[in-house]
This record gives sequence, structure tokens and C-alpha cells, in this order.
Amino acid sequence: MEASLYRMVRLIRRFEERCVELVRSGDIIGGIHPYIGQEAIAAGVCAALRFDDIITSTHRGHGHVLAKGADPIRMLAELCGKVTGLNRGRGGSMHAADFSKGIFGANGIVGAGGAIATGAAWAFLRQGGGDKVAVSFFGDGAVSQGVLLEAMNLAALWKVPVLFVCENNGYATTLTVSESVAGTICGRASAFGIPSSTVDGMDAAVVFEAASAAVESARRGEGPAFLECLTYRFDAHHTWEHKARVRYRPAEEEVSGRLRDPVEIAGGRLDPAERESIDEAIEALLDEAVAFATTSPAPDPSTALDYLYGSAVLP
Amino acid sequence: MGETLTLGKALNLGLRRAMEDDSKVILMGEDIGKLGGVFRITDGLQKDFGDERVIDTPLAESGIVGTAIGLALRGYRPVVEIQFDGFVYPAYDQIVCQVAKMHFRSRGKVRLPMVIRIPFGGGIGAVEHHSESPEAYFSHTAGLKVVACSNPSDAYWMIQQAIASDDPIIFLEPKRRYWEKGEVDTAEELSVQEPLHSSKVVRPGTDVTVLAYGPMVRTALDAANAAAEDGRSLEVIDLRSMSPLDMGPVYASAKRTGRVVVVHEAAGNLGMGSELAARITEECFYSLEAPVLRVTGYDTPYPASRLEEEYLPDLDRVLDAVDRSFGW
Repeated sequence: MEASLYRMVRLIRRFEERCVELVRSGDIIGGIHPYIGQEAIAAGVCAALRFDDIITSTHRGHGHVLAKGADPIRMLAELCGKVTGLNRGRGGSMHAADFSKGIFGANGIVGAGGAIATGAAWAFLRQGGGDKVAVSFFGDGAVSQGVLLEAMNLAALWKVPVLFVCENNGYATTLTVSESVAGTICGRASAFGIPSSTVDGMDAAVVFEAASAAVESARRGEGPAFLECLTYRFDAHHTWEHKARVRYRPAEEEVSGRLRDPVEIAGGRLDPAERESIDEAIEALLDEAVAFATTSPAPDPSTALDYLYGSAVLP
Repeated sequence: MGETLTLGKALNLGLRRAMEDDSKVILMGEDIGKLGGVFRITDGLQKDFGDERVIDTPLAESGIVGTAIGLALRGYRPVVEIQFDGFVYPAYDQIVCQVAKMHFRSRGKVRLPMVIRIPFGGGIGAVEHHSESPEAYFSHTAGLKVVACSNPSDAYWMIQQAIASDDPIIFLEPKRRYWEKGEVDTAEELSVQEPLHSSKVVRPGTDVTVLAYGPMVRTALDAANAAAEDGRSLEVIDLRSMSPLDMGPVYASAKRTGRVVVVHEAAGNLGMGSELAARITEECFYSLEAPVLRVTGYDTPYPASRLEEEYLPDLDRVLDAVDRSFGW
């Protein structure tokens, strides 16, 4: 498990670093929200999930999509807007999805995934027989959104097997948690009678252990659970900040926040030789992904109106 | 072979038949179970289909619609009742940002077979939030389909067609007409009905084309009766689908009559009438004898009960527009 957790943390880190390069080169248009620094959460939570479980993700969603099992090569092509991408290039960074792997999409609306995951998990419950769960990832900014609180109420009322995972990186874009969250984040879960815990979100093994316990309780039919993972965003809210050079975090905090690095924490548990071979394999994979993404064709503009509707307008 | 039903009862029977035909159809909404809905459209359905399929939800429109998305993605066909038109706005974000776009952004990998039923329009003394006509907001959003029924037979068939559709549909019900009666031939098959997104000439005429939908179809028909006494022949078209619009019958009629009046309760500014006038002008310019005229609610919030008769288009305002059309 230690090797596979490290592999995923490292893959997400390097994938995101490659993405930042592709933003700079103009291959990814419009920029991304880098997940760098928060990789242990996606890796740890998704390691506790099965293939047939479901996740919903956020605007900072690449890590979740990769950790739940999407093909990194087609994911990178998606971010580059190419027809070979997961969604034929029409989802992009903020709406990448792979429904065949239970990845119900990144989402540009903060908190929106909470209700969708609750509905999907409710469908599991209604369909009966199985023990599948859904996980909704969101940030600390989402805990002030009404729809998330509505979804938590419904999930608790109906004992829906959904895990709410709050990635508390301290900032909703530029606003600190202390400026935006009255009470506490876990206090919201308590209000609905949802069991919650706060864990170190920089250590994938800790996240995995906490997520496994929460997922198992949901699988047993004990209803929703809530996990707050404390983390730090190493990079910008959005790559636009690289150009705009906005400063809203104290310089000393930006240094201290990076001292505990999820890659080093997970990697430090491995034999150096093993770690090196994992790193090499990841670089080879990403080399292939970049080559594939940059050489794949862009969508044909004549298809811009396709897929507006699922059924014919008139027979 | 038909039976006489109110529009509300026709919807109730249509929902019942859809639930009998497909066990994946589930109803969600506020007070729809035990009470059967404040307008009793779901009356008796929880008793017969159980509280697993007819679900009383908390007051949380955003959560209800958001949760219904997840259900639809997992194979259900949720039918969500919004208790009153003005209550749909908390769910607007879900509908516009998620429901409308899921199929498009997934390149057809997932479909969202969801119906959002909204009793809409005024005429029952219920003031703002309970008398509004939000169709233009939703019609403006690509990926949604928006329909309105105007009579019991259409109500019975259109609700079933909407539930059978693989696309998300905003289903507008003319609440002031819930109690109006009409013939419904429930023995017919769904498959032989006219397509959901088709407009329909409901009264042929030769002098002026009157376009309406939902509650204003009755008003337009009343105006046509009154105009006939004055020797004017109005052709009334029930648009039925606000998005997509079925313009074929509209253009054909406009080219014959050369005069068009659009009637809706919603405010005029950027309402359906604006789009209809633009399209008709583009397509039928050389056939028109007068500008396309609009008879609409005023550009104010929905008024207090004592003023709503002034606000709502009525027979006299439609006839006045017909007169103005002939003044050109």
C-alpha cells in the first residue's frame, strides 16, 4: 500500500507540474487550478474506494480524477482540449469526467458535487443489494454554500452512503477560513448528526486510514460520514496568478506551509531504489501523455452543436 | 371513448400511467406525498406507489434538484415538483449549471432524463413567488427543453412524453387552468400522439395569427370567439414547446394572415414574444402587413392580488392588439 500511495501522490504532483508547463506553452488554454500540495487527499481517499464507487470533484479536480483511475494520457489530452481526451476535449480542466470509472466529473460550481454525489449514492441505496458508496470532494469554501448543506441534510435524513471530504487548504481563493467560516467545518457535519473527523491531509497513509473507516461505515449502512483533511495549496489558486503575481498569503506561511510535502512524506517510507523506479515510470508515462496530447487533433468546429440533446427534437 | 377530466386530474393520471409503465420513475417534492401536492396533482400516488417512489422532501429545492441529477445519472427518471414557480430560483443554479450541460459536456456519454414540473403563471390571487412565469429564463439556456400544457388532453399526454424523454425537461403547468375540464382519450397509445415539441393550430382562422401557450391559450381562444362576432377570423396556435420552438406552423400561418399577435403572461422585455417576433420578421418579412405585436405582463414584479387582473393579458387586450394590427 505504501508504494501505491506514493505512486499516486507522485503521479498527481508530476502531472500537475507538467500541466503548469503546458499552460505556459499555450497547449492548455485558459489555465488550471493546480492540485499541488493536496495530492495526499485524493490518493488516500481513492485508495479506500473500489472501481464501482463514485466520486464528484471540484474545480481543482485533476488529482481526484487520476486517483479514481482515469487514464492519465487521455486526461492530459482532455486538458489540452483534444478529441482524444476523456470527454473528447469538451469537458476540459473543470469538467473532466469518466463515468465508466465512477468519476462523475470535476465541477466549476463550488459545492455542486455534494448534491450529485448524494443523489448517486442514494440511487445505490435504493437499488439495493450492494455496498457501493459515493465520495464528494470539496474545499473549505464550499462549506458556506447552501446546496452542500442541503445535500448533507438529505444524506443524513435518508442514511445515504456518501462520504463528504473537505479539503481545508486554508483559503477559498483568497479568503482565509477564519474570515469565511463561522463556527467550525466539522460543526456543520455535527449539526446534521453526521460523524466527522479532522485528519492530517498531507499524509496519504493517514488519509487512507481515516477514509477507509468512514467508507466502511457507509458500506455497512450507517449513513454519511464527513472527513476534514488539513492541507496546504503549494501553488496558485489558478495559474492566472503566476502572471498576475497577486499576494494574499504571508510569505512566511508560504514557506512553512510547504515544509511538510505529501510527496516526501509518502516517498520517505520507500526504499530509495523502489522510489526511483516509480519516478522513472511516471516520467515515461507523462512523456507519452504530453506527446499524445500535443499531437492529437483539435475538435472539428462543425461538431460544435452536437450533443445538445440526447433525444431527437422532432421525429 | 374519451372521459371528461380537469387539467389537474389529467396530469395526475398521466403521472400514474408513467409510474406504472416504468419503475424507474420516481416523484420528489415538497408535500407531494401525504398531501398529494398543494394543487393535488400527485394525489393518491404515494398511497399506491409507496413512499420509496413518491418522496416528500425537505424544503431544499437546490438539494432536491441536485440530488435528482445523481439519481438520473444512476438510471432513475426523477420527476421533481417545484411547489410554486417562484420556488424554482433556489434550484436555478443546479438547473442551468448542471442539468442543462451534463449531456453536452460528456459528449453524450450520460443522459439526464429528468422532468422538473412547475405550476406557473398567475390568476389565483397568490402574489409574487406564487404567480410568476419563468419560461424565458429556462428557454434561454441551451440544453434544456421547456414545454407548457394548456388543456387536459395535452396535459395527460405531454407529461408522459416528457417523462419518457431522455433529456431534461422544464414542464410548465398553467396553475389557473388546473380546474378547467376537457375530453381526454386515455385509451390511446402514447406513441401515436403528436411530438412533444410540436406547435399546434388549435383554432383555424384567416385574418390574424395569435400565438400563445399555457394559460394564455384559453384567453386567445376566448378572444377568437369574441372577434368572430365582429367578423374577424383569428387563427390560434398553441406553441406547447418554448424550447425548442416548432416554428413551421407559425411561419405558415404568418405568411397566410400577414398579422401576428403573441400573448404571454411573462413580462414583455426579452420574453418569448421578443424571440418569436424576431424569428417571424426574419422568415416572413415580405408577408407581414403589420409588425408582430406583443400582449404581455408588464415589466414590473408580479403585482398584488387586487392588481393582477390589470397585469394579466385578457381578452380585451388581445382584441386591442388585433385592432392595432389592422391599423397598419
